[in-house]
Amino acid sequence: MTEKVLFFVFAFATLMAAGGVIFLRNAISSAMSLVACFFFLAGVYVLLWAHTIAALQVLVYAGAIMVLFLFVIMLLNMTSEGPVLKLSPSRVGGIVGVALLFGGLVSAFRQLPTRSLEWMNDQERVASFGTIRSLGAEMYTQWLFPFETVSLLLLVAILGAVVVAKARV
Amino acid sequence: MNAVPTAWYLVLAAAIFCLGMIGVMIRRNALVVFMSVELMLNAANLTFLAFARERGDQAGHLSAFFIIAVAAAEASVGLAIIISLFRARGTVNIEEVHSMKH
Repeated sequence: MTEKVLFFVFAFATLMAAGGVIFLRNAISSAMSLVACFFFLAGVYVLLWAHTIAALQVLVYAGAIMVLFLFVIMLLNMTSEGPVLKLSPSRVGGIVGVALLFGGLVSAFRQLPTRSLEWMNDQERVASFGTIRSLGAEMYTQWLFPFETVSLLLLVAILGAVVVAKARV
Repeated sequence: MNAVPTAWYLVLAAAIFCLGMIGVMIRRNALVVFMSVELMLNAANLTFLAFARERGDQAGHLSAFFIIAVAAAEASVGLAIIISLFRARGTVNIEEVHSMKH
């Protein structure tokens, strides 16, 4: 019961914050709304037994990535209000398309069988599920190659960001 | 068990994804479009985690971890592109940017 209440609280807050990101006119308000959205989403992750990923979400997403966004907003001096949104026919068409997509997805998810999560009866498995220890054990054995590839990708991204953003000499 | 069904989490993820998609389509500020893409990535993460719990399989958690890492890389490169776009044109309004050539 508590789980359901918490789920609805976090889900509602997440959706409100996500709506704020796309409907607020000021870029800084959008960014702050996105930070709030990531925080509430981390709460939803905890409900899904993903404590480690929730911590990473707060540290990396709400912390590092959003600081980067705010830096760029300040750097480009985008502190003024943006223009009021006008609804052109193509925009309305797009929104209708997205609404149809959402309807389709929801009706697809309704077909999913509700399983009773039998694995949760195994106390040992529940105790280790999603902990740093078991995630780390899996990551450095089975997922070692993707892990190393991602580190290379991050290196390339750092170099790429410096090359693209540096002023012309 | 009285747990929240996986389908609810999936509907939440679909709602976040669709909000992000609307943001990509209606906003003209390149930075806000970028934030909407981050929203969509988070919806994908939520889906991975929901199915990870349903199956009791941690592979979903690791996929979410890699998505976060790739999103960090994407954010750094994308923001660099936005900065150089602003230097070249003096605007980040995507309707005023028509060609890739300077």
